[in-house]
Amino acid sequence: MKINRLRQIRRITATFFIVAMTLLFLDFTGTLHGWMGWMAKIQFLPAVMAINTGIIISLIVITLLFGRVYCSVICPLGIFQDIISRINKKKNRFKYSKSILWLRYTTLAMLLIAFFAGMGSIVALLDPYSAFGRIISNIFAPIYQCGNNLLAYLAERADSYAFYEKEIWMKSLGTFAIASVTLIVLIVLAIKGGRAYCNTICPVGTLLGTLSRYSIYKIRIDESRCNGCGLCARNCKAACINSKNHSIDYSECVACFNCIDKCNKGALRYERSVKKEIAHERVDSSRRTMLTFAGSMIAASAVKAQESKMDGGLAFIEDKKIPKRNTAIVPPGAYSIRNFTRRCTGCQLCVSVCPNQVLRPSTGLSTFLQPEVSYERGYCRPECTKCSEVCPAGAILPISQADKSSTQIGHAVWIEKNCVIITDDVSCGNCARHCPTGAITMIEVNPDSLESKTIPIVNTERCIGCGACENLCPSRPFSAIYVEGHNMHKTV
Amino acid sequence: MSDIKKKTNRRDFLKLMGGGAVASAATFSGCNANSLSRGGTSLNEIPTDSMSYRNANSTGNKVSVLGYGCMRWPLLPTPKADGNVIDQEAVNELIDYAIKHGVNYFDTSPVYVQGFSEGATGIALKRHPRDKFMIATKLSNFSPETWSREASLKMYHNSFEKLQVEYIDYMLLHGIGMGGMDALNGRYINNGMLDFLVEERESGRIRNLGFSYHGDISVFDYLLSMHDEIKWDFVQIQLNYVDWHHAKEVNQRNTNAEYLIGELSKRDIQAVIMEPLLGGRLAKLPDYLAGKLKQQEPDKSVASWAFRYAGSFDNVLTVLSGMTYMEHLQDNLRSYAPLQRLTNEEFELLYDTATKMIEYPLIACTSCQYCMPCPYGIDIPSVFQHYNRCVCEDNYPSDNQDINYTEARRAFLIGYDRSVPKLRQANHCIGCDQCSHHCPQAIKIPQELMRIDNYVERLKQDKT
Repeated sequence: MKINRLRQIRRITATFFIVAMTLLFLDFTGTLHGWMGWMAKIQFLPAVMAINTGIIISLIVITLLFGRVYCSVICPLGIFQDIISRINKKKNRFKYSKSILWLRYTTLAMLLIAFFAGMGSIVALLDPYSAFGRIISNIFAPIYQCGNNLLAYLAERADSYAFYEKEIWMKSLGTFAIASVTLIVLIVLAIKGGRAYCNTICPVGTLLGTLSRYSIYKIRIDESRCNGCGLCARNCKAACINSKNHSIDYSECVACFNCIDKCNKGALRYERSVKKEIAHERVDSSRRTMLTFAGSMIAASAVKAQESKMDGGLAFIEDKKIPKRNTAIVPPGAYSIRNFTRRCTGCQLCVSVCPNQVLRPSTGLSTFLQPEVSYERGYCRPECTKCSEVCPAGAILPISQADKSSTQIGHAVWIEKNCVIITDDVSCGNCARHCPTGAITMIEVNPDSLESKTIPIVNTERCIGCGACENLCPSRPFSAIYVEGHNMHKTV
Repeated sequence: MSDIKKKTNRRDFLKLMGGGAVASAATFSGCNANSLSRGGTSLNEIPTDSMSYRNANSTGNKVSVLGYGCMRWPLLPTPKADGNVIDQEAVNELIDYAIKHGVNYFDTSPVYVQGFSEGATGIALKRHPRDKFMIATKLSNFSPETWSREASLKMYHNSFEKLQVEYIDYMLLHGIGMGGMDALNGRYINNGMLDFLVEERESGRIRNLGFSYHGDISVFDYLLSMHDEIKWDFVQIQLNYVDWHHAKEVNQRNTNAEYLIGELSKRDIQAVIMEPLLGGRLAKLPDYLAGKLKQQEPDKSVASWAFRYAGSFDNVLTVLSGMTYMEHLQDNLRSYAPLQRLTNEEFELLYDTATKMIEYPLIACTSCQYCMPCPYGIDIPSVFQHYNRCVCEDNYPSDNQDINYTEARRAFLIGYDRSVPKLRQANHCIGCDQCSHHCPQAIKIPQELMRIDNYVERLKQDKT
């Protein structure tokens, strides 16, 4: 029995990609990004957003040479569907269906319009890679983190520092809902129709499909051998083989190579042009083992452990609420809100890697799914540039620690009526004490009195908008000092 | 039984391994803040009839050298509906065990454990015959709102009710010296409460009258000067091998225990000892120092040295220990049933340990919780405990060139998040300074919190 080598290569590569991509979104320590970060950067839409010409050209060339291999080995959402599709064990369950061209081109047109109009949230909604990111970071990451927290709990008992606890919280209900709906739609479509999503909705699929019609290497049907049994069509997850006409819709074929083995007559070949056939033996692959990916779904229960610290003599701490910001804050490296909303594909990679719980998906209509910055749970710490390291779309460009600490992403505003100096009649100055740029000074209310209370004064020229003051302000639920975002970031 | 056997084997093992292994064993026990066991202790049967006793000069009562401090009762995971935080069943179990093994002195206060200590102690003791135990409680009218005679009397009578007793064996003016002479006059002299308590002693509702001392030495001297008039039956002081010579280094405001006990001896007043462990810090010595003690007595706990030290003074009536866990109680019972007094060499070893210990940048916090609750939610004692633990365990890198920098940094930072919830950490201290004057150790709490915060910030930024 000769194994179909092409299919084997495809499966090994795809497995590697999806495992690595999933880990990329699950790993909140940021250690994997050094190794795997490039995988996010070669995703098609993020590369387009980042105007990463080299990668765009390479992907186009690959498609023109070999067809939509991108869809079968690089796109994590595509591989994800292949895995889900395996749940349905029924043999020969697919059938040829004519491409719904109007739908495909409508979504592609929507993407292009949104792209040129700068409507980032629409792009984010349509991008397959980002949809995958949202599913992993919203649905699978919490499960993964529960497992991590279980290990952290055990490590603590064993006095080990190998694992540390990660707080699990709902970052955005809207994004979670979108991710859940996407996941359900994908599961239904994939189980029923294989790559139906890729060939009807996905704009990247449509775009690459348009190119792959002209690709040099293709699956070709040797009509002299084909008896029109339709076995290949019934095993084509892309539903692109019309066995009656002995034709293949190359805009839909994702180059999975499954059909080659299915054909008893050896009529299907992946080649440059039609050549004389060499008989291929049939390989029954139906009983290949499932990927162990599903194992990660069966993790520990999602109950968040109660804080075990005794709470007897401790004052209750109210949760902070998000203040109303006239201008949203986007992370250092984004350069401007416009650049950010234009390029961000809403993949949530930065959200899942932010160690300070600063980034979360926005709920604003025009920036829906795209992340924004807020400081209720932490602040943008000076030593951290994680989000800029991971962003594949150029929405957050790489920035050094030094540049970051001199980039003004917003400025702090003091709200007198909230300040504990007024409300509690105490002295404070926690904002000034923690300001990394020394932009806040405490000045006497009454300059003539030595006993005078001091209030914070913000030097907006030095303030970088990191949110240390807002986060560490004792006033709750609304801080007495908060950060107002800047449309254009500038260097102080 | 199998448990006992296991531990015995460990002791044998230590003996076989000799000094080198002992030192490494000490690393597990010396600084182990969270672990219940103080480690390395042999688990042979504790005799129920060997407790050492001292005769009280005043009443002639036999008082066990180990006194039970009721300030650190075990807590429930979540408070009950009435706010009670104490795990009563655990308290009953501890008190039963203590009484069975000869402990008969129980020291509480109306303010301990958020005000629930007297009630819980009373419930547990009620189950024993009244002649089996002696109760010490205090007039803890710290807050100026309770300085009035009415409020003070109310607190006094409430103690009888909570403790469910007809008389109190040992009554103390609480925390004399904190707040100086002003507080003394306000709390006890001007409102006539001291005179009242003396009358109560005559009527027999109080059997012994004394005071506990922290802080301003002039108040201590003043009260002792009144001895001829009042006849103090006992005085409660802080004594341990660090405070003997180095009280000032630990706490600016404190006075060397050597002076305190000397003054008491002159007048033949017996001392009740508090903080024999310096708030647990002498059970969690820096690894190096713990190892030195372990070399001498591999199967004795580090804490036992401090207890034997405090018990070795003739003038001491009883040594209080706030034992939260059965393991602590058992360990202390081993130290005192019976007490083996320290030899001169052993005294010297401990004074040497003290001299070396004050070189470590530790914070003098004893976790007494008097500073709590912080109105801004900071868990002050836990922050200090974590810091001290890291200093002890050598997880306190001063420089990123330190050999163990990476591991130590990780241990400090991850351990910090584990020991103290993020919102209760030092960076939330606003410096309002509502805490410092409650601290019997006179720790400058905001300054220390900010120092720790700066250190954490440097570690986080990797700039240490």
